[in-house]
This record gives sequence, structure tokens and C-alpha cells, in this order.
Amino acid sequence: MRKIVSIVIGAALVLAALPALAQDKVITMSTTTSTEASGLLDCLLPEFLKDTGITVRVMSKGTGAALKDGMDGNADVVFVHDVAREERFVAEGYGTKRYYVMYNDFIIVGPESDPDGIKDAPNSAEAMKRIAAAKAPFVSRGDDSGTHSRERQLWEATGLALTDAKSPQDADGWYFSIGQGMGEALIFAEEKEGYVLADRGTYLQYKFGRTQPYDLVVAYEGDDMLKNPYGVIPVNPEKHPHVKFDLADAFAQWLVSERGQQVIASYQLHGQPLFFPDAK
Amino acid sequence: MDFLTQSIIEAFRMIWSLDPEMYFIVYVSLYVSFFSTIIASILGVPLGFLIAVKQFRGKRAVITILNTMLALPTVVIGLLVYAFLSRRGMLGHLGLLYTPKAIIIGQVILILPWVATFTMAAVSRIDERYRRTALTLGANALQAALAVAREARFGILAAIIAAFGRVIAEIGIAMMLGGNIKGFTRTMTTAMALEHNKGEFVLAVALGIVLLAVSLIMNVALQLVQGKYGDNR
Repeated sequence: MRKIVSIVIGAALVLAALPALAQDKVITMSTTTSTEASGLLDCLLPEFLKDTGITVRVMSKGTGAALKDGMDGNADVVFVHDVAREERFVAEGYGTKRYYVMYNDFIIVGPESDPDGIKDAPNSAEAMKRIAAAKAPFVSRGDDSGTHSRERQLWEATGLALTDAKSPQDADGWYFSIGQGMGEALIFAEEKEGYVLADRGTYLQYKFGRTQPYDLVVAYEGDDMLKNPYGVIPVNPEKHPHVKFDLADAFAQWLVSERGQQVIASYQLHGQPLFFPDAK
Repeated sequence: MDFLTQSIIEAFRMIWSLDPEMYFIVYVSLYVSFFSTIIASILGVPLGFLIAVKQFRGKRAVITILNTMLALPTVVIGLLVYAFLSRRGMLGHLGLLYTPKAIIIGQVILILPWVATFTMAAVSRIDERYRRTALTLGANALQAALAVAREARFGILAAIIAAFGRVIAEIGIAMMLGGNIKGFTRTMTTAMALEHNKGEFVLAVALGIVLLAVSLIMNVALQLVQGKYGDNR
């Protein structure tokens, strides 16, 4: 009996030690859903591992939650897309430096028939205004993600009467704040035959990467307000001494290096380039 | 530790200040859970009762199916009902998806087997002689059934309360069929998941406290009912 017990305990100890052995060069990164959902990380991280031997463990959630992970010291590095909040994050001392990495763009996605004629709107704010005027169903992420922040900025630019949450008044139930990720928001918009602000990567993935294709099409694209820059920030070791700053900073440096930038530029999704490197 | 205590203090402040957004979420939760429990009880109690007292072919098979359905994961129910209610599904034209009604439909499917099996168990425990005695005393079949139901009432009540506890703490169906729409289908559990996703904890903790309080009240009520009538059985 005692022998069995000691074997079991021994085996348990070995199992417990195994990950620890492999753990010497591992960092955790909190990032936004779009970098993972678009498949970019699947292309980027193996190359990074090859070059440096550092493994990156990814937790993907909204930008708000990713930054919160950084503030709480639950991640070594954050990789998100909300410049204003990222700069505040650095200014408050949670991060050491924000590196410009790349940008992609947001698009307004909607039903194919484009009943409210937003396709020929002169700018994105006008497109949003037309949606609101028609009281067409509009799906909001409503989850404090980078996409949600951008949506709020777009509403602000429309000059419409907005509530505290910087969303239009919702007297007629056309504005759905669902508090879920991009994929869920797209599904929701598909079901409601409504509009949604989406990042192009997730949209392409949902549009072309599925066995049952979606009806949603790009309803409006291409103005400066829809540009979506991504930044990477290593968490400040002065705030959280346990973070692996050296490895995290190596990751940031690698992303903005010529090699990292080239990997980003070469990444394509369903035949379209998705991210445009812009390290400075 | 600071983090947790601070969240809890803020949460109590939110509960105390009658934050309207929070209370609406609680209301939605109670509303869908209440109606799904009522509907599941109306269907499930007679069903369990009949299975317990009637002898019929395939009784074992029915019991096995019900027992299997006890283990149905909420996401499976969510998926199935979604497939029916989706715009491309059979019932898509009803426009039920992402409404409280959709959540209620899913939750009824979830707890119906619970109510039925536990009613069945409670009724089966009642000695067959009760029914026969009632019948010999001149009761008709319905009266005899009511006599048995009266004997099994605590078991049945416990089944219903357990079912309510199950749906109010349920998240998969509420998320998949309700869609977590602010001010419409956002329940306590889906709101908590969202707040966690946002990296905000105060509202989530406050809702967690309310959720626990609701469960506590339900169970205390059950205890009281049993304590009051349990002795003079």
C-alpha cells in the first residue's frame, strides 16, 4: 500500500515539475480577440519562437480586459488597439513603452440589400447617422473592447443625441448592446439583418472561413476614422516585479524589427492582406 | 486581498444605492427564471406523477430518457434551440431569437426533466397503499391522485425550488439564446461574464452577491415550509 502511495506521489511530483521545467522562457500576453481570431498570432508566434526560443501564451479578450490584465500584473505584455487608453496605460506607469506595430481597418458590415443606402455615404459618421435615422438594427459589441471604443467615437462624431454610454438613445429598440465578442456580434447582426462595426479580419474569417457562408457584406469602408492601429506594451516591472520584462520587451522589439514587420506584412487572410506594419 | 475587499465594498454600495442598471438585470433574471420554472412545473409535475403511478409499456425507456436528459449540457440545449429559432431555422419567422422568450424556451427544456424525475421519485416513495386506501374510502381516481400528491408535496416543492436554482444560475442558454442584450435579455450570469470580460469586477461581484442571496432566500423558504409541516406528517 505504502509503495503504491509513494509511486502515486512521485508521479504527481514529476507531472507537476514538467511544466515548470519547460517554463523558463514563457511569457503571457493579453491581447484583443482580433489578433487571435484573424489567425495573425498563429503565424507570428511560431516565427518568434523560432528566432528567440520564447513561447508566448495568449489570453485573448477585449482590449479593456487585456489592459486590466496588464494593470493587475496578470500578463507580461499587452497587445491591443485603443491608442488613447494605451497611452494612459503607459502614462499611469503600468507599461514601460507603447510600440507602434501595425494597423488594419474597421468596416461597417450590413445586409446585402443595403436598405439605408450607407454605401455611398461621404464619411463613416454620416453612414452611422443614416443607420440611426432609419432605425435599422445596429449591433454594438458593448464590451469595452477596442472595437466598441471606436464605435463610441463614431457615434460622437455624428453629433446625435447620445446617452451617458455614448450610444444613441434606444427608445425604439433598434440599438442592441450585446456585450459579446466580435464573432458573436457578427452572428447577431446576421440574425437581425442589421449593421455592425467590425474589424476586417474577424469579418473575413466569418464570411469566408465557414462552411455556411454569411449574407453580411461590407456596407461602408475606408475613411480615416476607421483606421485601427495596434500597439504592444510590456508591463512595467516596477509595478509588478514578477513580470518577465526582459522577455516581454524582447517580444515587443521583435515585433517592430524588420523581421517582425515583414512577417506581419506577409500575412494574408482569404487572399487579402490584413495588417499593415507601421513601426516607427 | 485589497482588490477583493474593495470590490466587495463597492458592490455593496452599488446594491445599497439601488443602481437601476443592476436591478434591471436582476429583474430580467428573476423574470425568465420564474416563468421557465412555472412552465416546467406545469408540464413536469403531472408528467412525473403519471410516470410514477401508471404502469405502461416502455416505462423504463421513458425513465432512462429522462435521466439522460438530466445531464444535458446547457450549451447543447442552447445550440438545438438556436437551430430552430435562427432566422434560417424552422421557427425563424417568429423572431424569437435573442428575446427573453427564447431563454425561457431553452430553460424549460433544461429543467423539465429535473422537475419530472424528482416528482416521480417523490411520488414513488409514497406507499401504494395510500392510493388504494383512498380508493376504498370512496375517492375517485383524481381524488386518490391528489391524496398521493399531498403526501409527496415536499418532494415536489423541493424539485421545483431546485429547478429554479438551476435556471437562475444558468449561463449557456441565457447567453446563446438571449444574446446578452443590455436592457433586454441581460441576466445576472451573462452580465457577470461580460463584466469579467471587460475587466470590471464591481457589478459582477454585486450581482454575485444578489444571486447568492436569492438562492439563500429560496432555500430558507423551503426549510421553513418543511419545518412547519414536516413534523405532523
